[in-house]
Amino acid sequence: MTKRIEATNDFVIKFANVNGSGSASANELFAKSFLRMGIPVSPRNIFPSNIQGLPTWYEVRVTEPGYLGRRGGVDLMVAMNPQTWNQDVKEIDPGGYLFYDNTKPLPKSKFRDDIHVVGMPLTEICNATYTDARERQLFKNIVYVGALAGMLGIEPEVIAELIGEQYKGKEKLLKPNLNALQMGVNYSNQYLKDAIGLRVKRANNVGDKIFIDGNAAAALGCVYGGATVCAWYPITPSSSLAEAFTNYCSRLRVDKETGKRKYAIIQAEDELASIGIVTGAGWNGARAFTATSGPGISLMSEFIGLAYFAEIPVTIIDVQRGGPSTGMPTRTQQSDIIACAYASHGDTKHILLFPEDPHECFDMAAQALDLADRLQTPVFLMTDLDIGMNQRLCDPFKWDDSRAYDRGKVMTAEELEAGKEFGRYLDVDGDGIPYRTLPGTHPSKGAYFTRGTSKNPYAVYSEAGADYQYNMQRLLKKHEFAKTLLPKPVLTPSPEPARFGCIYYGSTSPSMHESLVSLREKGIFVNALRVRGFPFADEIFDFVQSHSKVFVIEQNRDAQLKTLLVNDAGINPASLISVLHYDGTPITARFITKEISEIVSALNVRPIKRDKAA
Amino acid sequence: MTYIAKPKLHHPTLPKNKLGFTRRDYEGKVSTLCAGCGHDSISAALVQAFWELDVQPHRVAKLSGIGCSSKTPDYFLGQSHGFNTVHGRMPSVLTGANLANRDLIYLGVSGDGDSASIGLGQFAHVMRRGVNMTYILENNGVYGLTKGQFSATADKGSKAKKGAINTDAPVDTVSLALLMGATFVARSFSGDKRQLVPLVKAAIAHEGAAFIDVISPCVAFNNHPGSTKSYDYIREHNEVVNRLDFWPNREAITVDYAEGGIIEVLQHDGSIIKLRKLHPDYDPSDKINAQSMISSAAHKGEVLTGLLYVAPDAQDLHGHLNTYEAPFNKLGEKDLCPGSAMLDKINAALR
Repeated sequence: MTKRIEATNDFVIKFANVNGSGSASANELFAKSFLRMGIPVSPRNIFPSNIQGLPTWYEVRVTEPGYLGRRGGVDLMVAMNPQTWNQDVKEIDPGGYLFYDNTKPLPKSKFRDDIHVVGMPLTEICNATYTDARERQLFKNIVYVGALAGMLGIEPEVIAELIGEQYKGKEKLLKPNLNALQMGVNYSNQYLKDAIGLRVKRANNVGDKIFIDGNAAAALGCVYGGATVCAWYPITPSSSLAEAFTNYCSRLRVDKETGKRKYAIIQAEDELASIGIVTGAGWNGARAFTATSGPGISLMSEFIGLAYFAEIPVTIIDVQRGGPSTGMPTRTQQSDIIACAYASHGDTKHILLFPEDPHECFDMAAQALDLADRLQTPVFLMTDLDIGMNQRLCDPFKWDDSRAYDRGKVMTAEELEAGKEFGRYLDVDGDGIPYRTLPGTHPSKGAYFTRGTSKNPYAVYSEAGADYQYNMQRLLKKHEFAKTLLPKPVLTPSPEPARFGCIYYGSTSPSMHESLVSLREKGIFVNALRVRGFPFADEIFDFVQSHSKVFVIEQNRDAQLKTLLVNDAGINPASLISVLHYDGTPITARFITKEISEIVSALNVRPIKRDKAA
Repeated sequence: MTYIAKPKLHHPTLPKNKLGFTRRDYEGKVSTLCAGCGHDSISAALVQAFWELDVQPHRVAKLSGIGCSSKTPDYFLGQSHGFNTVHGRMPSVLTGANLANRDLIYLGVSGDGDSASIGLGQFAHVMRRGVNMTYILENNGVYGLTKGQFSATADKGSKAKKGAINTDAPVDTVSLALLMGATFVARSFSGDKRQLVPLVKAAIAHEGAAFIDVISPCVAFNNHPGSTKSYDYIREHNEVVNRLDFWPNREAITVDYAEGGIIEVLQHDGSIIKLRKLHPDYDPSDKINAQSMISSAAHKGEVLTGLLYVAPDAQDLHGHLNTYEAPFNKLGEKDLCPGSAMLDKINAALR
């Protein structure tokens, strides 16, 4: 008899849909229902660069222990797209389940012997109930959610409650949705009892966590961090960030008395204009940011160099996607690390922040605005599609009401009037950061001419080599000083002494943590260090020094962070081993575990457990 | 050189404006441009206009791109902040600066290469957005700093100093500005200060995107026979549609010419532009007529100058966006941060 996957609160369900069929909101409803039952869940959209008609997938990992990385493999496939049927059926793990619409019979050759097939006449049911074509399509999604809830044991009241929240104020839509849900539940209770071995049981592992995508979180961070100007150009996967900023601002930033807006959002004609607008606003003392992706960074590069050399606060949120060129717009990667670290011509180096999840997207977006003002330079928030466009369970946002924005060294009219010396590019206190004045400050003091070309410490045009070098050295000093302000790396120590270390960053985080558990089970002990900023903190050097080998886990082909560690931080490349994942899907714990185990065994290291067993 | 400071000593009889400033207080560093450059005459006109308007010099922000023209903001308004930005991208930087502080006066200075070649896109979009600014395009049809290449405003058939003939059609910046929605469009000639100064004053008072294309011959690379941007060519082909006088905020005026030839334009800020019409059929509030007049002049090889179009009821970008009255760069946590109690509510809705 064919094996049956039996699992409670730990499985992967994948929905294969057609883009634009209304499946997205039904699937989200399904994912959220687990959270309401106290079970962590991690959904991912796998979608094409298209609005309607192409295949789209939604993968839901139900994970009681809270492993939020992509797991890989599929236990239950909800196959709603005939176009991708063969591929979808093939992807199911042996012993897994195929749920499909059996209104039209399919030949035996369309199935597999080693999986369990669960059919439900969805089209027939919907055609019998609804007359409108659009309704038939939309409610079909809710009907299958109902059927799945019945089979898995999701409490129907939980989904009903979610539907209620979704259609609050739109009662006309509420009832038909609830009816469709009930239809699905009834069918499965009647015909699909015990059809699958996957079960849901109420747990208590969600706590006070929130469920949000990284783009919305970063946008909210910009609202809290005091950004007033946002200029952007639509590009997947960053567009929803600017849109979320627009939504949050319309709720949180409109003056109650006058109805006037304390924000300005410009959808620019291209990325050159968006970074130009941000540069102009930063020069004039407003907090400004842009959100973009790799191709946008390429276009912005000239301006980034100007902002670096003219020392203007600029915040850039790079929601990374597959590259090079226009690349894979709807797939994830961490492949803009070098492009951003060294963006522009000449000798340039920039500040990078690496958030691991939406919680950090919020924190670091607000922090980036502070850092840009303090350091008077471009600051990059390096998120990616996996964090940015997928809802992720994370710690709730926090804000300390006593926190003041760090506006950096801005000389006031009073200080100028009192005779304080002003040299726009003069290092007065050894941190490499000069004072600036804002346009319009004082009638006769503090005005200067900003330029990308060379100048002396008093912003006077100069082509003298010594003046140029003074500035370049000071910029280097400032970059070094930035280390003291950036978030420190986070260490996850191994419970047993470990020869190996591993360095990882950004969206790799949940898969890395899950992999550390799997590796321990195999007797491989690894200390893990999560890098959160560039320039690198000194702790990273110490970490590499104290291990014989350090794995550097990245989601790009060219080991970009490792390159920075070697080139910029002078770490011996012989001590670093790259583990690289770059097919456009999010990295999995299975991948990391397999790669590290293989490398460890190739290095001829006997795992500790085997020693013990012998 | 630009780092040479001009002597600060003023002649005691120099006239002062209402703020007690002389014209010299509106000057900048010594120009590094070629002797006789039209751009220097434009700088002088700007100095005159700001002085006459009693503008506090430090309340002006001057932004430019890259090129000879874009170097000029260093040569006037020495007490203003200036920004020599990226080639062709001054408009976006000015837009951002304007959003950050709506209380300053924004002056954009650009050239024909900067605005019509590399920066055509940003030029068009800044007009569309109605950014409140005075945009001066110092138009000589040639790249000066890189020594004499044609720009996109060079006329078809015009001859470069080294003999090359331009075969590309020219970009007409005033037509483009009109088409893109600029609410104040003028053209003048660097050698005609009497026309240029009042135009600049009116543009500064205009609350919206004000554009002045100033034909400004390049003495080094585009002032030879065969050039359509030379002093001689422009003097021979200049077709003036109106002479203009400008009164800020309805001051008492004395009119010294016949009423029949005058049109009054009341601007949003209360200032009045008086136009002495030289062309009997020219009405600067008629956009369609302006377009057709510009085209037919170009067809005849004439350069139409004067105030070509003004929309008296213009609204600027801040108006479009309904932004707050106080400058963004003066807002702090209290104005901008929704606080922890609101964040708790947001968290609750995300569960």
